[in-house]
Amino acid sequence: MIDLLRELSEAFGPSGHEKEVRQVLRRALEGHADRLWVDALGNLHAYRAGTAPQVLRVLITAHMDEIGLMVVGHDESGGLRVRPIGGIDDRVLPGALVWVGPDRIPGVIGLKPVHLLEAGEADKVVRVDNLVVDIGARNKEEAQRLAPLGTPMVFATRFGEVGRLVKGKSFDDRAGCAVLAELVRGDRLPHDLYAVFTVQEEVGLRGARVAAYTAHPDCGFALEGTIADDLPRKKDVSPTSELGKGPAITVMDRTFIAHRGLVRLLVDTAESLGIPYQFKQPGVGGTDSGAIHRAHEGVPSATVAVPCRYIHSPLSLLDPADLENTVRLMRESLARLTPDNIRNT
Amino acid sequence: MENLIRKLTETYGPSGFEDTIRAVLRAEVEPFADEIRVTPLGNLVAVKKGRGGEPRRMLAAHMDEIGVIVTHIDEKGFLRFTPIGGVSPLTCLGARVRFENGTLGVIGVEKREDPQKAPTFEQLYIDVGATGRADCPVRVGDAAVFERPFAAQGRRWVAKAMDDRIGCAVLVETLRQIEPVAGDVYFVFSAQEETTLSGAMTAAYGIEPEMAIAVDVTGTGDTPESRPMAVELGKGPAVKVQDAGMIAHPRVRDLLVQAAEAAGVPYQMEVLERGTTDAAATQLVRSGIPSGCLSIPCRYVHTPSEMVDREDVEGAVRVLLQALRIP
Repeated sequence: MIDLLRELSEAFGPSGHEKEVRQVLRRALEGHADRLWVDALGNLHAYRAGTAPQVLRVLITAHMDEIGLMVVGHDESGGLRVRPIGGIDDRVLPGALVWVGPDRIPGVIGLKPVHLLEAGEADKVVRVDNLVVDIGARNKEEAQRLAPLGTPMVFATRFGEVGRLVKGKSFDDRAGCAVLAELVRGDRLPHDLYAVFTVQEEVGLRGARVAAYTAHPDCGFALEGTIADDLPRKKDVSPTSELGKGPAITVMDRTFIAHRGLVRLLVDTAESLGIPYQFKQPGVGGTDSGAIHRAHEGVPSATVAVPCRYIHSPLSLLDPADLENTVRLMRESLARLTPDNIRNT
Repeated sequence: MENLIRKLTETYGPSGFEDTIRAVLRAEVEPFADEIRVTPLGNLVAVKKGRGGEPRRMLAAHMDEIGVIVTHIDEKGFLRFTPIGGVSPLTCLGARVRFENGTLGVIGVEKREDPQKAPTFEQLYIDVGATGRADCPVRVGDAAVFERPFAAQGRRWVAKAMDDRIGCAVLVETLRQIEPVAGDVYFVFSAQEETTLSGAMTAAYGIEPEMAIAVDVTGTGDTPESRPMAVELGKGPAVKVQDAGMIAHPRVRDLLVQAAEAAGVPYQMEVLERGTTDAAATQLVRSGIPSGCLSIPCRYVHTPSEMVDREDVEGAVRVLLQALRIP
């Protein structure tokens, strides 16, 4: 699974430009799914029939897209002006290395050397509108030719090991993609599995919306790479999630409230098998479940996430044990899922 | 209606945790409905069959209420929390909250640099009387609602969760009194209005009505130095023209006006600058559903002491009964 995560993490795929990630996944899933197809918005669907006599339709999504930047203008001197694709923290941009366009033209996000800073400048965050991406172009014309308006770019980060952890870009949500691919590639599950690798999550859960409409599921799960902020803090308050403590289960976030029966299923499964788990701090973030639960007459939904430190930055860290435990929790929970888990009285 | 309103407002039911309030409502409507169902997101739908004609109409009142949800339990057993729906930190000071398992909590506040300033949620905590994590009777992810008993005084009723249990009471009462009309009428007690409007949206998808009317509370402009608004308590139910999330469909708006006049119920026209209702979600379902809202004027919305006028409430029932008779 780590090899697939490496390939997924290094793939180029900002929102709306997910082709390369889709190709990686297509190769990984070929021969494992009963049907494999791409829909109008670019979501990759993998269907696998269940083994139980009375099956539920289970939709599981993980989003392929990542945050990035897009070229919106060119300076006379050849610099690229950019705007964010998805939620980017301006603080992490200056000095970062980027891949511009799917051909991966190397670029550097420019910054003023520390020697030249004027009083007060060092304390301020430079806003993305004032940054320039430098691809070594001699002038405006060359910059326009190499990176025309609308060219997307992502952080240029290689995957690697950091102690017991792994580092890479876009674990939000390539970690979820790796988990979902593993579920498709493993043993057949009792229920019909509609695995969908979605597009455009970071800009408004758009892929998941049409995926859920298409799958018309009885229940849905979103798999994510979520915020781990298990860093030293001044007072005894909640971290969003913590590395190494197992999959993070969402109760409520900005976009939906998880179905209580599904949360109970996940928790009971984890506790009975001794799989570590944690609750994601309620009220924070949003995932594909925000779109899935509103499809058709409503879809009982839940979100399960692999904790990742420093998401939405050039580089994040995750614990491979959390990845394995997320696969196990999902697989075992799906094996135990019955219509009773999603019945409301 | 008073006993019904007391029962509904005092019942637990924050968004996403509607099992208890749904059971209470189900018991109230079961004797009067021709058919009852619960949707995948937990909406309660009671159907009153028509005489076999058109149109199919949907009424929606949300059963969920605002509340708080536990985000962390510290070593000493104090709980940190975040709001469910629109809660103000100001109404939290000194408040009591009640969890689904009956646990009572008191909201406390940390020392602050400037005590004159309103606290943030990060500075607030819930004290359930625990001495540590081990004996804390609730878990991360458990939800609580504000605790305040129902009160009747003069013409007014005061309670927590009047938003929108008063709308639920109006629907229950309308269902009890209604004789079959031409088309089927769907009484929807919706889930998750305060957070995402997802309940009414998905209920409307399933029902596919030709018209949807939300019954919900609205603000008033009749209290000292209030934000200007041409709605007053006691001047009758309000026919919504628009709010922050929708413009009422003119046919729905006109139907409600026509019904109020025919029934001889005083009414007011409403433009709400902040907030919205289930109708904002239902109007966008499928290829569009003409949607509007009959509002119950309510003071102190989203505090634990929401106040309505009994004549406005009773008037709303009469307007709905009349409106449903108009083809």
